[in-house]
Amino acid sequence: MSKLVYALLICLISASPALAAGIDTGDTAWVLMSTALVLLMTAPGLALFYSGMVRRKNVLGTIMQSFAVLCAVSIQWVLIGYSLSFGPDKFGLIGGLEFFGLQGVGQEPNLDYAATIPHQAFMLFQMMFAVITPALIAGAFAERMKFSAFLIFTLLWTTLVYDPVAHWVWGVGGWLRVLGALDFAGGAVVHISSGAAALAAALMLGKRKGYLTEVMPPHNLPLTVIGAGLLWFGWFGFNAGSALGANGLAATAFLTTNTAAAGAGLSWMAVEWIHRGKPTLLGLASGIVAGLVAITPAAGFVSPVSSIIIGLAAGIVCYASVAVIKPLLKYDDSLDAFGIHGVGGMFGAIATGIFATVAVNPAGADGLIFGSAALLGKQLIAIGASALYSFIVSIVILKVVDLVVGLRVAKDDEVQGLDITQHSENGYSL
Amino acid sequence: MKKIEAIVKPFKLDDVKKALGDLNIEGMTVSEVKGFGRQKGHSEIYRGAEYMVDFLPKVKIEIVTSDEMTPKIVDAIMEAARTGKIGDGKIFIVPVDDGIRIRTGERGDDAL
Repeated sequence: MSKLVYALLICLISASPALAAGIDTGDTAWVLMSTALVLLMTAPGLALFYSGMVRRKNVLGTIMQSFAVLCAVSIQWVLIGYSLSFGPDKFGLIGGLEFFGLQGVGQEPNLDYAATIPHQAFMLFQMMFAVITPALIAGAFAERMKFSAFLIFTLLWTTLVYDPVAHWVWGVGGWLRVLGALDFAGGAVVHISSGAAALAAALMLGKRKGYLTEVMPPHNLPLTVIGAGLLWFGWFGFNAGSALGANGLAATAFLTTNTAAAGAGLSWMAVEWIHRGKPTLLGLASGIVAGLVAITPAAGFVSPVSSIIIGLAAGIVCYASVAVIKPLLKYDDSLDAFGIHGVGGMFGAIATGIFATVAVNPAGADGLIFGSAALLGKQLIAIGASALYSFIVSIVILKVVDLVVGLRVAKDDEVQGLDITQHSENGYSL
Repeated sequence: MKKIEAIVKPFKLDDVKKALGDLNIEGMTVSEVKGFGRQKGHSEIYRGAEYMVDFLPKVKIEIVTSDEMTPKIVDAIMEAARTGKIGDGKIFIVPVDDGIRIRTGERGDDAL
């Protein structure tokens, strides 16, 4: 019996020659390396970035969310997620189940997506994007969501929101891809979809107990800044890896990524300095992340000088959304998942429609300042569709999860903290 | 016997320790504490939001000593901990009924 299972598994993995024709070793090495870099963004990058901003009683619960997503989506992606995203197109809306359990996804390249690397390498690289996206949402409901509800939400959201949206934008036959909207490394798929879900979650879960009446300062900013550094480092895999080859386009994406992060770090710091009188480290780190988010859809389509402008503007736009607009609307997006990823992602998608040029990437298109308004219109459609779809489906999923297990921890548990009440552990012994 | 409790600015601890060392005191206990007096708190800024933090970090020094040594120690702390600005802290002196050295069972001034 076990031999039969083993033989079946071998078939599923689809044995193939050691080095299939068309595989480029440099490209393969770069994409595998980039995959590991993107993993680092979630765990521990995002885990540390978020956990430093919560109160000390929630440090472990917050870290655990990122790591649990990494495990859960790694399995979901192999079983069904990859097929729903990149399987043969169904009506432009979703991939078919042909790649269920990675059937036919082997060492041979898939000519539709990446002709010079093993199909499994492409699948793995995409897996890490599927992992980080739901982990980003956790910033909106930090410090108050039940762990069981979180796990169910994550699996449902990945399957019902991430997988279809990834197919729309990147899948062959996906309707936004056919439309001609540009998203180099996941501005819509990752950041707009997670940002819209974050806003839905902040509204559905409601405010933390004591929000706006108690002081809730970050408990360990050095953790947050280490996390921001790891995010920046990992983002080279995210953006430059999205060239899917070790080539000039990867170098351009690497360069625009770094430059936009730098610009946004400086502009957030400067605006906060003018607005509040002090340049803050959390501001510098937040600006860096905002710049990385904003350049994500544009990284392989814009020039280095454009990326400076995109970065500088992203720092200011995201600061305004977090420091000015959020307090006016009074929702509790605890760690600004919407304010930075949602707003930064939408801004980046618009900026792509303005600054893209075929001089950088012949496979792209010319944006507004290079003489064509058509791209900007397509970008707006992509923003609207991904944000609206994610927001609405997230509300429905949250409603269902609330009915089944309840979204929020009990009031007393929230006061005591997630670490003790959800996990029976303590982050700090003194 | 008296207990002297001094609450001082954290960065003044080294100066106070040195001044007390010059008096050859027998021992002291130091803790990091938080609180407010007339200085009140300070503001902190996180992502453009300004928070009032009520409790400031201070250092509390506790010394139990003989009645004769008390004024000298108080003077030394006052001298060493003073910056002249608000928030320099306070010194409290309280009577102590007795003291016991656990190892030997000595009591009173002998236990110091």
